This record gives sequence, structure tokens and C-alpha cells, in this order.
Amino acid sequence: MTRRVLILGATSGIAQEVARCFAAERAKLFLVARDPEKLKALTDDLKVRGAESVETYAADLTDHSSYPLIISRSLAVWGGLDAVLIAHGILPDQVSVESNPALLLNSIEINYISVVSLLMRLAIALEEQRSGVLAVIGSVAGDRGRRSNYVYGSAKSALATFVAGLRLRLAAANVQVVLVKPGWVRTPMTAHLSQNFLFVSAEQAGRGVYSAMISPRAVVYCPWYWKWIMGLVRIIPEPIFAKLNL
Amino acid sequence: MTPHESWGRYPKSQAARILELAWASDVPDLNRLPHPVLPYGKGRSYGDCCLNDGGILLDASGLDRFILFDPETGLLRCEAGVTLKTILELILPANWFLPVTPGTQFVTVGGAIANDVHGKNHHRAGSFGCHLERFELLRSDRGRVLCSREGNRDLFEATIGGLGLTGLILWAEFQLKRISGPLIDCEKLRFETLEEFFELSATSDKDYEYTVAWLDCMSTGNKRNRGIFLRGNHSVTSGQNSTRRRTAPTLPGFYTPGSLINRPTVRAFNWLYLHSQLHQSTDSTIHFEKFFYPLDRIAGWNRFYGKRGFLQYQFLVPYERREGVTEILDLIAMSREVCSLTVLKVFGTTQSPGLLSFPRPGVTLALDFPFRGESTLILCEQFDQVVQKHGGAVYPAKDARMSSKSFETYFPRWREFSNFVDPCFESDFWRRVATPRPLSQ
Repeated sequence: MTRRVLILGATSGIAQEVARCFAAERAKLFLVARDPEKLKALTDDLKVRGAESVETYAADLTDHSSYPLIISRSLAVWGGLDAVLIAHGILPDQVSVESNPALLLNSIEINYISVVSLLMRLAIALEEQRSGVLAVIGSVAGDRGRRSNYVYGSAKSALATFVAGLRLRLAAANVQVVLVKPGWVRTPMTAHLSQNFLFVSAEQAGRGVYSAMISPRAVVYCPWYWKWIMGLVRIIPEPIFAKLNL
Repeated sequence: MTPHESWGRYPKSQAARILELAWASDVPDLNRLPHPVLPYGKGRSYGDCCLNDGGILLDASGLDRFILFDPETGLLRCEAGVTLKTILELILPANWFLPVTPGTQFVTVGGAIANDVHGKNHHRAGSFGCHLERFELLRSDRGRVLCSREGNRDLFEATIGGLGLTGLILWAEFQLKRISGPLIDCEKLRFETLEEFFELSATSDKDYEYTVAWLDCMSTGNKRNRGIFLRGNHSVTSGQNSTRRRTAPTLPGFYTPGSLINRPTVRAFNWLYLHSQLHQSTDSTIHFEKFFYPLDRIAGWNRFYGKRGFLQYQFLVPYERREGVTEILDLIAMSREVCSLTVLKVFGTTQSPGLLSFPRPGVTLALDFPFRGESTLILCEQFDQVVQKHGGAVYPAKDARMSSKSFETYFPRWREFSNFVDPCFESDFWRRVATPRPLSQ
């Protein structure tokens, strides 16, 4: 079976690796991202790596008016979709968002509002189709508010709640909804952070997301050990957590 | 996490900034960066030609996309940060192979060009640069420049073996080699003296595509300079057509505090290796990874040399002056340094287009030494005297210590080359060997 896959935010570090995994199984890929030049580079790469067909659509995903066309086109090209990945997002600098309201709202817009807006539309399409996997990239940052990234974390946390509800709704329509929560991943998005041993490569994270989409589970931590790390982080009592300065 | 150091981990050098490049269309304006820049791939150069103390390293390993692969003709175009391993995973199932490969598959295409790498088939195929069709350079003064034998030939030739100094290679195109499968018919032969090695080499180079020899230079008396000659051809029997995805064990952040490589361990290893070869000659058909990349199975083997790192000294002398090899081996025998790896090969006559290329007709010997301070450097300096006496050269990709005087002797066209160095590009190696700055400035 040749999978038909839609990837939103396809030029992100993780999404690119997910796309490569799909290319290796000769899937058909519909890629959406802002920069046409990067989309071209991605298309060439994925074709060489085995993708049967690659379609692209250049759009700024903060522009909601582009959504109907993206969804109708991606559905129309191959007469349906087997898997969808929403991968776009930004990691705002916590200090800047605290002092700049425009930046704050912008990061919520990209990381939450645009995602749920897309999810709602995709839900209707897949519900009608009565099949498919809908995967969203969340974050371990959404598991507990932390001093250093609570703005980013809150958007991912809200997203997790939204996805949990959507999963229950779409289960009736045989559509699976997957939330992947990566830990630290070496991508352009995190290039400014100082790295530690918990960082994994984008390739590793991408393979994790891919396998979560191939054999869908509700919530997938990536790599798996973050489930235990975050389990611990969540049960640390607030007075102690406050002193940890995370 | 991944420190930007050289493979020999000597000398220590700290870039002011690492700029990770993710897209060829999105490279920042090199003129507006505050320090001189240098492209960095996977850090597999041994010495300091991949280092830029106080400058900016342009980490190109994110430029890892394929652009074009024609399974009919074997033409491949990819970005400069793609590794040879990634290429092999793609091309091998289609029965293609790299035209030339060094002893590790963890290098990038950009690094293979910048060091004009060679392999066990140099006597047949020349160096990597011989198979390049074209590439695109990003220069601070000229923007994007397409280089080939037909257009911008001077820059094409300067960039091959140009140590990353002529601009940032964005992508390259080269011709692959047709094979029938992933297996190599390989033969190992014991030799007792260097003369025997040269004889073996002369008779084998006609019938074997790949030849190389390993030497035991740490034994004493007439046991010294015995070794194993390895020769092979691509097998016509098609084996299971897959690269083994087995990843070598990694020890993140681990290094031995002292060097594990010392006289007793090296002697023991050499004895075992030599005596694993029970018969005068053995035939086998083995997977190409085992044949070409035995050391790749031990991730981060450079860390066994401890904190101080190691030096590799690779030189060549013209074939008719091959007594230079004996003289160098004698110097090792007389010294107190420990030579942990000795690889010997006779180069062919195929000329690389590269202006600053290392390979040329002759005999090459690569030697690894745990870095023990001044005494190791003095020994290398003595080697330089011998190499210069015989009109040879030392490989910059492996070098961390040669004097600018030596460099100028080994690479007489360096001044011509320096005219092609991008004004924003520098490296520790270049600052060391190419001062004072060229005449043209």
C-alpha cells in the first residue's frame, strides 16, 4: 500500500526526517511550508530517497485563509489521505515573550491557534473519509509549567487537551489521533540552546514520530524515556519544584 | 554535545561561534559575520585544517539533501553535508558504488572534496576529485559560483584539495561506479620485508582494484616491517543487497584519561593481528563495510588515545625514492614513540585536478602516534627532513604540526592557490602554514 501523507510545516527539522522515513517506503507526500526554495530542496531529496510522488504547497500557516485550499488540494491529488502530520511551531525566547505582548500572542497563535484551526478542518475531512491517522507534534514542555518556557509549554499543554478530546470524537469515525511529545531534539529551532546528553538527533526524533504514525498510539513520548522523566517532573511537589529552578 | 574538534583531538582549538547551516538557500551573508569562517563537516580531518580558533565554523552537516540520482547512469548530485554512509545506503541497492572511498564512511562529500581524499583504489581511480563533474561554491566575494572543468576551471581545481578555504561547497555532482553487489572478494597475504611488499604491490595492482598493506613497525630485529597485504575486487556474486544498519557502540562523552595506546598494547595487538593470519595467504568474500571501514565499527576510536589525542603523519615519496619509507621506519625504531597504526600503499599515476592535492605517483605511508608532547613533534620534524630529501609531501588533512617552510616545499603551487582563498575564510592550518600572506595582497 502506498501511503498518501500530508505534512504541514514540512521544513521543520523533525518533519523533514519524518518525510524521509515515508519516502523510504515509497509514499506519496504533500508538503506544506512557507519557503518555496526549501520546499524544492526537500522535494528533490525525498524523490531521490524513494518517494513515489511529492507535491508541495507554499503557504504561511499563520494565514488561516490558506487552510481550505491546502486541505482540499491535498485530499484531491490522490483521492484521500492516509496520514497527516502537523509539525509547524516555534520556540519563542521566554525572556522576550515576557516583555513583548505581540511576540507572546504570536507564539500562541503559531503553536496553538493555527494548529487547532487546522485540526478542526482536517477532522471534518477525515471523518468523512472514515479513515486516516492525524498526528500532531506536542512537547514534553506541555506536561508541567516551568519558569524557563511556560509560554511555549502552555500552548503545547492546551494542544494536548484539545487533541485528547478530538481523539475521542474521531475514534467513532475510525480516525486515529496521535500526540507525539518529543524531548530535546537537535534542530534549527533549538540551535541556540546549550545541549546536554538528553538531546537526540532530528533523525532519531523523526523516526520516533514516523513509527508513532505507522502504528498509532494515543500519546507517544519521543524518545520513550521522557515518559518516565516527565512522570517524575509532574509529581515533584510545588515547593520543591520552585527551588529546582528548571 | 558534539564538540567541534578534529579527529586527532590535537591541537585544542575553540571557535568563537558554530553556525549550523540547515538550508543551502538560507546561508547567512558571510561578509557580515564578525570573524573569519571555515566550513566544518563531520570533523574527520585529523589535524587542524578543520579548525578555526576564535573564528566561526560553518557546520555544513545539515546540508544533507540529495538533489538528483540517476540509477541508469550512476550520476549523483547532493548537498555537501551528505555523508558517504548515507550515499552508500542509497546507491548500493541500485548496484552502484563510490568511485573512491577513504577508510571511513563518516565523512561528508564536502570534506572529501576539500581534502581530495583517496582510497585503496588510487592506483586505478585516482583521488575523489578525479570523479567530480561539478559543484557549486558560495563565496563571500562572488556569491554562488558553479565550478567544473568547463566553467570556472581555476576555482574548480583550487577547491579540490583546497581545505575548505576557497568558499563553502553547497552541492557537488559526481559519477558513481557500477558493481554487482555489496561483497568484496578479498585476499590477505603475509609479507616479511618491505621488498616483498613492493613486489606484491607491483604484481597485484594490475589485477586488483583495491590494494593496501598493514605493517608491524613496533617489533624488533628481523620481525620488524612484517605485515599483511590486502587486495580485493568487487565480487560478481550478488550477496544480500543491503547495508548493515548496525550502529557501532558509542560511549558519549567518554575518553580514557591516559592513552590506552602504548608500547605493550600495540605490540600485543600487532602480534595478534599478524598471527590471525595463519597461512601465507587467505581468500574470503566479505561485506564491503568490513573491507573498507573496519575502524568505523568502533565509534569514537580516537578517544582511546586519551585527553592528549594523537597525531597522524601521512607522507609520500616518489616510487623510485622508496628508500625514504625505510628511513622513516628506521627513525621510528630508534625513537621512543609508539606507532600504533601503519598503513602502506603505492599510489598510481592518475593526476588529480586539484591544485593542492596530496596524492601523486609514489608510495604513501600513514602513521599514528599517541601525542606525547615535544618528543612526538620532534620525531615528526625528523620525518619531514627525510620526506623533503626525497622530494615527497605530507598530507594536510592529517597534519597538525608541519612548518610553513615544509608546507611550501611539499606544495610548491601554494602561492597560486592562495589567490583563490576566499577573503573571509581562514583555518588554524592555513594561519599556521601560509604566513606571511600571499604576494598578491
